[in-house]
Amino acid sequence: MYQGRGNLPPIELRSGSPIWTNLFTLYGANIMGERKVRYLSLEEGGFSLLLLAVAIFCLVIAGKTWDQVLAFHTALIALASLAGIFFIFRRYFDGNNTPAPLEINGKPNYNMAPVKFATWASVFWGIAGFTVGVIIASQLAFPALNFDLPWINFGRLRPLHTSAVIFAFGGNVLIASSFYVVQRTCQARLPGSIAPWFVVLGYNLFIVVAGTGYLLGVTQGKEYAEPEWYADWLLTIVWVGYLLTFLGSIWRRKESHIYVANWFYLAFIVTIAVLHLFNNASLPVSIYSTKSYIVWSGVQDAMVQWWYGHNAVGFFLTAGFLAIMYYFIPKRAERPVYSYRLSIVHFWALIFLYIWAGPHHLHYTSLPQWASTLGMTFSIILWMPSWGGMINGLMTLSGAWDKLRTDPVLRMMVVSVAFYGMATFEGPLMSIRAVNGLSHYTDWTIGHVHAGALGWVGYISFGALYCLVPWLYHKKSLYSLRLVNWHFWISTLGIVFYICAMWVSGIMQGLMWRAYDSLGFLEYSFIETVDAMYPFYVMRAFGGLLFLAGALIMVYNLIMTVRVGEAVESEAAGQPAMAPAE
Amino acid sequence: MSAWKKHQIFEKNSLILIIGIVIMISIGGLVEIVPLYYLKSTIEKTEGMRPYTPLELVGRNIYVREGCYACHSQQIRPMRDELERYGNYSLAAESMYDRPFQWGSKRTGPDLARVGGKYSDEWQRDHLINPRSVSPTSVMPGYPFLMDAKLSTIEIENHLKVNALYGVPYSEEQIANAKVDLLAQAEPDSDAAEAFEERYPDVLIRDFDGNAKEVTEMDALVAYLQMLGTLVDFSLYDEKANLR
Repeated sequence: MYQGRGNLPPIELRSGSPIWTNLFTLYGANIMGERKVRYLSLEEGGFSLLLLAVAIFCLVIAGKTWDQVLAFHTALIALASLAGIFFIFRRYFDGNNTPAPLEINGKPNYNMAPVKFATWASVFWGIAGFTVGVIIASQLAFPALNFDLPWINFGRLRPLHTSAVIFAFGGNVLIASSFYVVQRTCQARLPGSIAPWFVVLGYNLFIVVAGTGYLLGVTQGKEYAEPEWYADWLLTIVWVGYLLTFLGSIWRRKESHIYVANWFYLAFIVTIAVLHLFNNASLPVSIYSTKSYIVWSGVQDAMVQWWYGHNAVGFFLTAGFLAIMYYFIPKRAERPVYSYRLSIVHFWALIFLYIWAGPHHLHYTSLPQWASTLGMTFSIILWMPSWGGMINGLMTLSGAWDKLRTDPVLRMMVVSVAFYGMATFEGPLMSIRAVNGLSHYTDWTIGHVHAGALGWVGYISFGALYCLVPWLYHKKSLYSLRLVNWHFWISTLGIVFYICAMWVSGIMQGLMWRAYDSLGFLEYSFIETVDAMYPFYVMRAFGGLLFLAGALIMVYNLIMTVRVGEAVESEAAGQPAMAPAE
Repeated sequence: MSAWKKHQIFEKNSLILIIGIVIMISIGGLVEIVPLYYLKSTIEKTEGMRPYTPLELVGRNIYVREGCYACHSQQIRPMRDELERYGNYSLAAESMYDRPFQWGSKRTGPDLARVGGKYSDEWQRDHLINPRSVSPTSVMPGYPFLMDAKLSTIEIENHLKVNALYGVPYSEEQIANAKVDLLAQAEPDSDAAEAFEERYPDVLIRDFDGNAKEVTEMDALVAYLQMLGTLVDFSLYDEKANLR
């Protein structure tokens, strides 16, 4: 027992009711009752036990496994869990664990520290992910860059790139923005003092485990779902915490209505959980092996995979980022959302239709045609809610279009919505069987994905980061709007290089594959089509480099904003809370 | 009361909102996925499909580990140019034992669904060690390290067991002898090779990587590549009976 500080209260865990329901009421009771005795709160106790259980489980595996990668990863998770327990108890013994007041002087006392962490994590992972992207783009033009080494060959770096930009960069942007938006729109502090940190740190631990795993050859071999079974379980636990923390804030809301951005965040969190659980349903060879086998096989696995894969786009990269659109664009433009009714139609139509679209990835394959036809049909219908959402975002600028001239951050977000419109037109087009026959397996798909990823997801994220950092650090404005302008133009040029190169190379590739000479023979051998790609691969790598350069300018700008930006005079002058949709 | 007003029930109750979301996202997935498990036409009736031998299975896992699917598809579409370039279009039956499926989504390199038997073992080995030695302008990475990596036999019987649990028809004998069989397929002159042949008739038993001293990851990967797309006997395949 710790002896250092005199009379310590007994560690008391309340039992009887589930941790999560108690969590949200316990603090209020503590404050109002002004209890002097510091109990280890249910939250602290619960998380300590959870972390302890995880640590013990992982240490047992680490000690007994023959698999060095698994030993490394489980030791890492165990170490992180033990560090978590250490910090919980240090807080307790230092007496810093009195719950933060929910309100100060009648104003909500927001918990922004986890938001700040996730914001910088997204900046870090963004640069990492873009850099790996430039590297693998260069590897395709100059294969010597693979250096004949296992851990940096294209096949292992490619999932590192996709996961780093989608889940590490995008995921942290979503966690940061959702925790910010849900607090602001509900005028309520995030529940718990450990839970938000558990989510933010746990999620980033998952990223580290998954990413290092790819380099060391640990993968499920399912696109965008490469992490192996133990990383999947880690994410599952963190994700449950994410859902409950997010919901906990909503349950504390002061307004009776839940703001529209939060519907989209909820749909994103819930659907990703469902997709993750089903697509990763697997059994490990043993608990001492990194390798697992998926429950689904062959054609069913293909269907489940693209049901997951396309809805990772639909719910992670679309619904989540639409939530950002629905908060940050109105906020920045200082105009209300264009149409409340459109946002209702947009929401339900989008989530209902998106889930069907997956099998358009499997045209002409051994998936029965009825399934891919359904996928195509719903993809085309999906065009409508997508553009409905785009219109709702763009028209929010009604009466504030002049700001596009003066505010490059708003311009970035508006261009992002324009890219969203472009990608969601191109998507249904490419889902048509005949078009897909040409585009599938070619770089056209890669170009399409990057129009959405760089243009839509990238720009709306940059816009959100440019808004968030001054808000979080109570700065009047960004360090430099001129630099935002540079970022905007350099990266826009990069995107144009990228997608144009991919359009040309993709369509050329598809046409070369099916070209016949006058005698009825295939005109090109496969390697001739590879040779023809070279200039476009160079051009694409250059476009990616420009995009990376733009992002580096952003990093400098954000850091300088925190370091030298002019502070807002008083807390009260900060952002007012946003009224929910009515 | 207008319909818009009724929508307030979702805006005011987070749990009802969640239930609404779950219902909306369940419909499409259920309609598209569940029938694939009960419609008999989903997987064609064919002659010749068999589970992977331990060596092929490990080779396949190396294929997955190195992310080959990022650049190579294993799915031939029924289009004239693909039939001529790659061979018969792929059947669902041909990937019935594939966990995960490796149909891929990109052809930076050619389709591999029927690469088995197209090239010699030597060509495959040389190509994997340095693709540019046989295809001067290839952009594929080299995998020389596969030659130096001794094949691990740890837990191989568990690999078969998990698959058997899912219904892959591995016999108890095959599971019990997995460790021996794993090496035997690449050691044609060993005693174990004969017993292996009895357990797995009609499979290739060769020293795939040309290094008789030890069984390497190169052996496994080449063994896998050399059997890809060769199992179904298309002379016996009844296209009309499997129309769907």
